[in-house]
Formats: sequence, structure tokens, C-alpha cells
Amino acid sequence: MSNITFRLAWRNLWRRKRRTWLTVGAMVFSNILLVFMISLQIGMYGMMINNTLRAQTGHLQVQAPGYLDDHKIRQVVPDVQRLAEQLRQGLATDEVAARASTFALVSSADRSYGLQITGVEPDFETRVSSLPGLIKEGSFLSDAMAEEVVIGRVLARNLRVEVGDELTFIGSGLDGSFAAAVVTVVGIFESGMPDLDRLFAEVPLDFFQDTFAMGDSGHEIVIMAPGLIQVGATGSRVTALLPADEGLVVHDWDALLPGLKQAIQADFTSAWFMYGILIILVAFSVLNTQLMSVLERTKEFGIVMSLGVTPGRLGRLVLLETTLMATVGLVLGVVLGGALVLWLNYHGFSYPGMEEMSGKFNLPSRIYPQISAIGLLFGPMIILISSVAASLYPAVRLRWLEPVAAMRAA
Amino acid sequence: MGELRIISRLAWRNLWRNHRRTLIMLAAIVVGVWAMIFMTALMRGMVDDMVKDGVSALPGHVQIHHPAFRDDPTISNVIAPPDGELLEMLGRPEVVAWATRVRVPAVVSSERDTRGVTLVGIEPERERGISFVADDVTEGRFLESRDDRGVVVGRKLVEKLETGLGKRIVIMSQDQENEIADRGFRIVGIFDSKLVQFEEGYVFGGEGTIQDLLGVGDAISEVAILGTDYRDVEGLRQMVVEAAGSEVEVLPWYELDSYLGSMLAVMDGFVFVWIVVVFLALSFGLVNTLVMAVFERVREIGLMLALGMTPRNILSQIVAEAILLLVIGLAIGNLAAWASIEPLKDGIDVSIVGEGMEYFGAASILYPALYLKDVVLANVIVIVLGFLASLSPAWRASRYDPIRAITKV
Repeated sequence: MSNITFRLAWRNLWRRKRRTWLTVGAMVFSNILLVFMISLQIGMYGMMINNTLRAQTGHLQVQAPGYLDDHKIRQVVPDVQRLAEQLRQGLATDEVAARASTFALVSSADRSYGLQITGVEPDFETRVSSLPGLIKEGSFLSDAMAEEVVIGRVLARNLRVEVGDELTFIGSGLDGSFAAAVVTVVGIFESGMPDLDRLFAEVPLDFFQDTFAMGDSGHEIVIMAPGLIQVGATGSRVTALLPADEGLVVHDWDALLPGLKQAIQADFTSAWFMYGILIILVAFSVLNTQLMSVLERTKEFGIVMSLGVTPGRLGRLVLLETTLMATVGLVLGVVLGGALVLWLNYHGFSYPGMEEMSGKFNLPSRIYPQISAIGLLFGPMIILISSVAASLYPAVRLRWLEPVAAMRAA
Repeated sequence: MGELRIISRLAWRNLWRNHRRTLIMLAAIVVGVWAMIFMTALMRGMVDDMVKDGVSALPGHVQIHHPAFRDDPTISNVIAPPDGELLEMLGRPEVVAWATRVRVPAVVSSERDTRGVTLVGIEPERERGISFVADDVTEGRFLESRDDRGVVVGRKLVEKLETGLGKRIVIMSQDQENEIADRGFRIVGIFDSKLVQFEEGYVFGGEGTIQDLLGVGDAISEVAILGTDYRDVEGLRQMVVEAAGSEVEVLPWYELDSYLGSMLAVMDGFVFVWIVVVFLALSFGLVNTLVMAVFERVREIGLMLALGMTPRNILSQIVAEAILLLVIGLAIGNLAAWASIEPLKDGIDVSIVGEGMEYFGAASILYPALYLKDVVLANVIVIVLGFLASLSPAWRASRYDPIRAITKV
């Protein structure tokens, strides 16, 4: 029986080829657009999060309470390298690195700038951060005691230094004492992120601790989780591994960079407003088509009802017609949209003006969207569901159809 | 003309023969048009605000610099203050306001902490008309003269330095001989800004005092000039270039802040693409409605042709139906957009994602901006593309063979 309904529905669809194709066309158009946009969004958000976290904060950080807001040199994590080592063993991963940072005046032969200096563990920093890999000239720090520094491209230009030149730091130590040191520029990195390239310098951690009278303490331990989804779980494991008496806290990336998640939310909301409009327009199109197709069959429906077909079954027939139509739209939309994304995955996507803007969000100037099940199916599924929902009205209307009156309809 | 009247009357009546279909299509057009205009107004409002804030955040509309200043923003790259021809040009009515500044990287220290900032020496009276600083001083006072010995500091920086109004901070920078120049200043005012980066990164002092500190005489880093409209600064720039001579660099704001500049350019593209996309989504339904309207009237059209109506009349009649439908939809859509934007004129609070908006360089209150040119663009696109879309079904209808059409069951 259901086989007959199915066959009827399929044949009914093609009684008016042009109309069906136009409605399917609206679905395919919106589906391709949604597949493209959502894939692009997923790709962009992923890259924004990854690039930003890789370059700056990592997924999780262990800090002294209050350090997140105030960044005071005295808010320390005691014995930071030993604790980092314990975490590496406890979590069975190398993606843990200790850091310390403070503000200092950095001078070259003829320029001075005030900026953030960060002490890092050269052996482990490469595991948690993308900066060592972004060195375009020279090399990364060689060992933990070396009197070396790596700086960003813009800073190097502003200070008028090149690899091999010397820089002087002047700042104050943990105990308030005067701190100064001379270091050699060994590497210049270029991250494409203006703030980082302009205001950031890395020195080896042991050397940093010596210079700024930090003893063996530091300010943060950076931890990368295996993936974004595991950040929560890794966070609780880290909390369990921390010494109980020191009152250290674990922050995840959302707490470390609250702007990032909110920027994504803001963008996400405006994108969904646009998708919503597209979906509503498709739904109207379907509603119109199905209502017309029901109205022009009033006589026919009257006859089959007088032959004993229940209005419920007729309603299901109409819904099935819509479902079939929407499925055709979904398949075509996913295939064509998928092909588009695949092509962009290979060739990359860019638009005029993107280069200037992408730096602000830590994105490359060309985006390569990834094919993913969510990106391919999420939008088209919503279109399918809302199409079927739109045809509920014409389907339910059949309940009030009077067979005799219907048969007499012109 | 009588022909036109008959055609439009026929089109109007035909439209309401199947009122359900027409109403559904009308609803779709209204939603589409509303979305086109509403969304555009929101985005425009956001970008407008960003640009206005960005421009008032220091650049002005056009700036004059030493050619090397942008690459190496130090006290070595300074220019002489405006005089002669330039000074005369700055007095013209095209210039709304202008001010000179000394701008250098510096380090500020309180007893508790030290930060890197940009130290800006300003002429308080002139600066009032250009940038945000004067209006945004919420505690204490603004600078009183170019020789004022106090400084105005952002609230966030005050918090970070654990200092306060009336307290002293030490500012350290380089003079022209690359020697460290430092001096104590009293904080006389605290400003709030929509963007945290300003509250944290800028310290304002009197221009004369800063020149003294750096030992540069009356040399300045930049001249900021405010014209009448930020969208049209090319004329102003040309005038400044002519008056200022070739030894300095004259740049418009969109090159000084390329992010904001490209944002504005991308917006124009986005508005167009968004309107066309919404229209395309609509067009399938529109063509479908017309196809159905023609199809169920095949016999009638055949009869009209047989009675002597020309194919052209038929074509115009179907097109007229489409245009009528679109015009009604546009009228209601425009009205709905206006009605929904009007109550939001005072701003939409999006502070839930405030820190995210700051990422984009936007403030956390959104003011929709309805532009006539966007509304016109939307209406023109809908009418023109709608006309084109209706041609195909109308053409088909006009090509019917009268005899076959009449006998069609």
C-alpha cells in the first residue's frame, strides 16, 4: 500500500515538470549557498581559533589567581618548570610549556620601545606555539640559558635591528629591583598578526628568571589539548594534577581570550539571520507550489475520497510529494555544493579586501574550506524539514474537503 | 494610453483571481525585501560606527606626516608645524577642524607597574573638534592648554598601573639624540573609550610640554585634518597635497587604517551580493507563480488571441502582473523595513558579545543606518531582475497558437 502512495506521489510530482523543477531549483540554490557558507564558516572559525590559540594562549593555562586580569609580575606560579614537567607526565603529552612574562623597555643602538617580554622553554615552546615555526630569518632560541631573543618583523623594523644585532632590556625584577640584560637577536618571526609582530619578544625561560629575579617561578603553564572538544576534559585532569595548597587556577581559552568566542558568536548570529531568510523564502515557495497542486486537484481528490480514500491518506500523499521533491533538492544541492566546496578546498577562497581584514582575525588571505558532514548536510536538512513543514497547511486542509462539493468543483 | 489602462486593469484583476497564491507570493516578496533592507541597515550601521569611531579615535580624515613616520614612528621623523600656504589652506571652509600632534612610543610607570603606550602631545583646543579625547574625559579635567603639565590617561591603563586621579606617573621616551628622556606627570583626567585598546594604549599630554621633554623645539609628528564627509576625502587630500608640498606624506584615513578602509569597501560588495542572493531565492517562486498563472489560463489566452489581441498585448499583460505583484511587495516590504528600523534608532544593545564586537573593532551598541541609496538599490534590483524573470513565462504565453490553445482541455 505504501508502495502505491509512493508511486502516486512520484508520478504526481512530474505531472507539472516545470513547476516541480522551479521549486526544486529554489531548494538547490539555497542548499548550495548554505553548504558553501556553512563549510566556509566552519573552516574560518576553526582557523581563527586554532591560529589565535596556537600563536598566543594555547587551549588551557595554569596561572596564579588574579594573574589573568592584572598580569602583575608578582602573581607567580612557583617552581613552574617542575610543575610543567609533572603535567607532561601526568597527561602523557609533550604539549605543555612553562612561560613567564613581564613588561620591559627594549633598546637597540638607536631606538627604544616598551613591550612584553616572554620567557619560554625552547624545547617545549615549539610543541604548544606556532611562533617558532613562523621564524622567517635566523632560528629559534637554542637553549634555556642562552642570552638570545626572537622578535617580530615589525618590531625589528621599528628597532632597526637584524639577526645578529644586540638589544638591551631594562625593567624591574620580581623583588622590585632594577633588571637589565643584553641579548642577541637570533630570529625574526612574521605571524601576520599586527600586535604580535609589533609588540612581542621571546627569550629563554631560565635566562628570563635570572634577569628578572624570578627564582624558579613563572607566570603560566600553557597546555594544548588533543583537540578543541577535549579542552574541558583535559582541563579537569590538569586541575586534579595541581598541588592542592598553592591555589593555582586553570583557565580555558574562552576565559583567556573572551573576545574570540564572542566574535564568533556575533558572526554566527548574523550569518544565521541570513540563512533564516533564505529558508523562509524557500518555505514560501514550497507552500505556494503545494497549495496550488492541491487546489488544482480538488476534483480528483473528491473522486478518490468518494471511492473510500481517507483524507489522512491524501494528506500523507501531499507530504510525501513534498518530501520527495525536497529530497531531490537535497541530493542535488549537497552534490553541487559539495563539488563547489571541494573545488575551493583545492583552489582556496578569497575576495577583494579580505587580505587587509583577515590579519585582524589571524586568518590567511586565502581560505580553504574543509568538507565536513555538518557543513554538507546541516543546511540542506533544515531546508528539507522546513519544506515539509510548509506543506503541512495544504495537507491538513484536505481534512475539510467535502467529496461531493469537491467533485463538483470547476 | 487606453491600451495601457486595459492591460494594467486586466493584470490587476488576474492577480486576485487566485488570491491565495498571490498573497503567499506577496508575503515572500515582503519578507525578502524587508530582509534586504533591514540586514543592510544593520551592517551599514555597524561599519559606519566603526569608521566614525575609528576616524575620531585619532586619524581625522587626512593626515600629514614625515614620509618615514609610518614605518618608524619616532621623534626622529618630525615635520615643521603648518605655516604659509598650508596654514592658509587649513583656514578654508572645506576644513572643519585641524590639529597638530607629537606622537611617540613611550613607557609609563607608576609605583606599582610599568606599561608601553603611545604618548600623544596635543593642542587641547584644536583637538576638541577632531578626536574623542576631550568628550570622553569622565573623571578629572581635560588638558587646558598646550603647555598643560598634566596628562590624561585611559581608565583601563589607570587600573593596570594601580594609580589614580591626581597621582604621579613617570613617562619615559627617546629624544632626538636617542637619549632617554623622562619626567614625572600628574594625572589630571581619566577618559573612557568604547575600545579598550585606546583606554590601555594612549596617554595624552600638552603638545608644548611633550616637545620640551623630547627637545624638538616646535616640530610635530602629524597634522590631522577633518573635512566635511569621511566618505569623500579625495578632494580634501588633493588640496592638502598641493598646499603642503612634496616633502611630506599626505594620506587619507582609509590608508592610515587599512582594516577600516577595506571594511567599508567590502560592505558595498556585501550589500549588493546580499540583495541579489535574496532576490534569486525569491525569483524561483515568482517565475513559478507566473508559470502557473499562464498555464491555467491557456484557453483564455487562446481566446484573446483569436479575438485579435496581439502577442505583444499578452506579453505586456503577464509582465504587468509580475511588476504589479513586485511593486505591491516592495511597497509593503519597504514600509516594514522602515517600521522595524525606526524603533531601533536608539541602538541595539549587543553587549552580550561586546568583547567579540570589539574584535571586529565595533562598539557594543549597534545603530542601524538606513541609507536612501541602499533602499534604491534594493528596489531597482528587485524590479529590474523581476522584469527579466517574468519575460520567459510571458514570452511563452504570447507565442501560443490560438487554435491549439482554445481547444486545449
